[in-house]
Amino acid sequence: MSHAAAPIETSAPLGAPASGAWALRTEGLSKAFTLHLQGGTRIPVLQDVELEVSPGECVALAGPSGAGKSTLMRCLYGNYGAGAGRILLHHLGETVDLASADPRLVREIRRDTLGYVSQFLRVIPRVPTLEIVAEPLVARGEPRAAALARAGMVLARLNLPPRLHGLPPATFSGGEQQRVNLARGFAPHYPVLLLDEPTASLDAGNRAMVIGLIAEAKQRGAAIIGIFHDTEVRDQVADRLFEVAPIQEAA
Amino acid sequence: MTTATGYNFGYLDENTKRMIRRALLKAVAIPGHQVPFGSREMPLPYGWGTGGIQVTASVIGPSDTLKVIDQGADDTTNAVSIRRFFAKVAGVATTERTTDATIIQTRHRVPETPLREGQILVYQVPMPEPLFKLEPRVAETRRMHALADYGPMHVKLYEDIARTGHIAISYNYPVMVGGRYLMSPSPIPSFDNPKLDRMAALQLFGAGREKRIYAVPPYTAVKSLDFEDHPFRPIRADATCALCGSRESYLDEVVTDDAGGRMFVCSDTDYCNTRQAAREAAE
Amino acid sequence: MSALLEATGLTLRFGAVTALDDVAVSIWPGEVVAIVGESGSGKSTLLRVLSGLAGPEAGTVLYRDPDGTVHSLLDMPEASLRRLHRSDWGFVHQNPRDGLRMGISAGGNIGERLMAAGSRHYGAIRAAAAEWLARVEIDPARIDALPRTFSGGMQQRLQIARTLVTHPRLVFMDEPTGGLDVSVQARLLDLIRALVADLGLAVLLVTHDIAAARLLAHRIVVMRRGQVVEQGLTDRVLDDPQHEYTQLLTTSVLSA
Repeated sequence: MSHAAAPIETSAPLGAPASGAWALRTEGLSKAFTLHLQGGTRIPVLQDVELEVSPGECVALAGPSGAGKSTLMRCLYGNYGAGAGRILLHHLGETVDLASADPRLVREIRRDTLGYVSQFLRVIPRVPTLEIVAEPLVARGEPRAAALARAGMVLARLNLPPRLHGLPPATFSGGEQQRVNLARGFAPHYPVLLLDEPTASLDAGNRAMVIGLIAEAKQRGAAIIGIFHDTEVRDQVADRLFEVAPIQEAA
Repeated sequence: MTTATGYNFGYLDENTKRMIRRALLKAVAIPGHQVPFGSREMPLPYGWGTGGIQVTASVIGPSDTLKVIDQGADDTTNAVSIRRFFAKVAGVATTERTTDATIIQTRHRVPETPLREGQILVYQVPMPEPLFKLEPRVAETRRMHALADYGPMHVKLYEDIARTGHIAISYNYPVMVGGRYLMSPSPIPSFDNPKLDRMAALQLFGAGREKRIYAVPPYTAVKSLDFEDHPFRPIRADATCALCGSRESYLDEVVTDDAGGRMFVCSDTDYCNTRQAAREAAE
Repeated sequence: MSALLEATGLTLRFGAVTALDDVAVSIWPGEVVAIVGESGSGKSTLLRVLSGLAGPEAGTVLYRDPDGTVHSLLDMPEASLRRLHRSDWGFVHQNPRDGLRMGISAGGNIGERLMAAGSRHYGAIRAAAAEWLARVEIDPARIDALPRTFSGGMQQRLQIARTLVTHPRLVFMDEPTGGLDVSVQARLLDLIRALVADLGLAVLLVTHDIAAARLLAHRIVVMRRGQVVEQGLTDRVLDDPQHEYTQLLTTSVLSA
């Protein structure tokens, strides 16, 4: 598998799936937490999750609070390590298993193939908003000027006032920070996009914006997996629901 | 062989001379590299030229003619003392004429008259280590020489230019010998540095207190450190010798009264006297 | 070998104390790897061994030079190692006084590596020094000032400029923000982050500051009592720690 960095066209997602019509699929994905500091308590959260998402499809994770939706999301991003099973993606024309990928491959996958919009913006101090949003584009080899321009456009669509573009987002409101997150996630046109509560802090107008961005991404062929507590939004963007059921606690 | 006064020829015993000659051979084989030697107790204290005297004593033979200068002059107390010393313990002929000497021992100057093949110039050296002021640790300077790691010296020159606009070293200006070793040419004025480059005579350096010997064989490249855009320039007073009229030689400034009166005179007495004699003969 | 530096089986004992116990670490070009652990974990020792400043009792350290040739660090002659440290490698010390010449001007400090590499044009050296001062956010007008007139944060940034002027591919950093005020630390970390991104540096960073590791590092290596207890992608190790000690570390971090 090549780990070489190659500049990627950001106008369209990477090629059609090699086999079948899925963009992401999990096989037997399981996750449990062992809390050593609590005497080694083992908490299973996910058990044999089988999820398959097609290009252009938006799947909403559904289930009660604490069932493991966020855990599943984080496993899909590689943020949590899978306990067992595989997470398959098409990356640079090849099928890769994120669950067993080494750190360098995971970074590459996150750079080119897999995007993630989290609920909270982890703020890098002192970096202006425009640069934060442009950074994933620059990482792919896009020239700085073009990346910054594109970042500005996406922020404008999300109604983030231009006077904020040059400021670091640490002092922004929750809704403003959320829009920075969204811009960063939608600007690069990832083939697979994970959205964790993308409209949580937004007003109606901006919620509509996000629905529009999701629709556009789907049209481009992106596969989207999201957690939407706002059922209105969910009903407008999701093609189907995927139930994440809580596991009965083992002793 | 003992002289009339009961000393071995050249004062030092033969084994000591052999030891010093071995050091000299090593030094000549590695131009600019400092060779440690077993510096002996001499009948004058450290800081008075014991290194130079030991080198001279080891190379001098009965047929040699010795000249000794101190800051260019044959007639200062030290030059006279050392010349008399060798006359006594070696019975050799001595001279003040550069052209007549086979061995010239010098403190802090190079004769103006160009030297020729077969002559030996022996320098008295107080501090043989050119990096001493920058790096006082001997272990470290030895490593720097071994690895030709001379960055700090260039940094020092950079600092001079940054602070004063020019390299502010007027004497003991560091040189690269044979493109390999950084060497202290002894506290000669930087004006004399070009004379060392490809000199026809053999140059030997002795530091008695520091117990080091080094050498520059004839026709060896000796380059003063500088920058491409701040090249080395020999510095002399912009004046004429009041005695012989020279505009090329290195001049001493002599204060003549307490009203600011001064005159410039050649530092090299033999050179000046020779020129004066030639002028008188021409008239 | 595609890695820039690859170490395996490193073991080193100081009497009864095991500083390194069968440690393996690798680093690839353009990657930032943080080695975290508490005092006595062996992280600083590991850094010294990886940079050739100390020798292990067992194990190998392989280094791939710009031509692609692989060298064994432990068999390298001292001359080559010193040359390496002045050109392709950099070392940023925790205390800037250990990495700077305090009696030499800022410009001289930055220019030294250039001069050691053979640069002999005063004007060019000075211009490069001024450019680097600006890059590390020190006013270029202070090019002739002595480091002892700089604040701690400025001294540290000067040390970084001095290290990076020869465009090293691999930089070792030993607690670069230790001893600095919090706001100064933030500025320094941000500077390092930007330089790493701009220059494609590989950085081996030793720190006990987990937040700094999260900010800067792509991968993190957790050490305890000379052993590597866990390593991997930074956000994975910090958000989903597997080893007991790592869980202890991550839950012990105070957040503002």
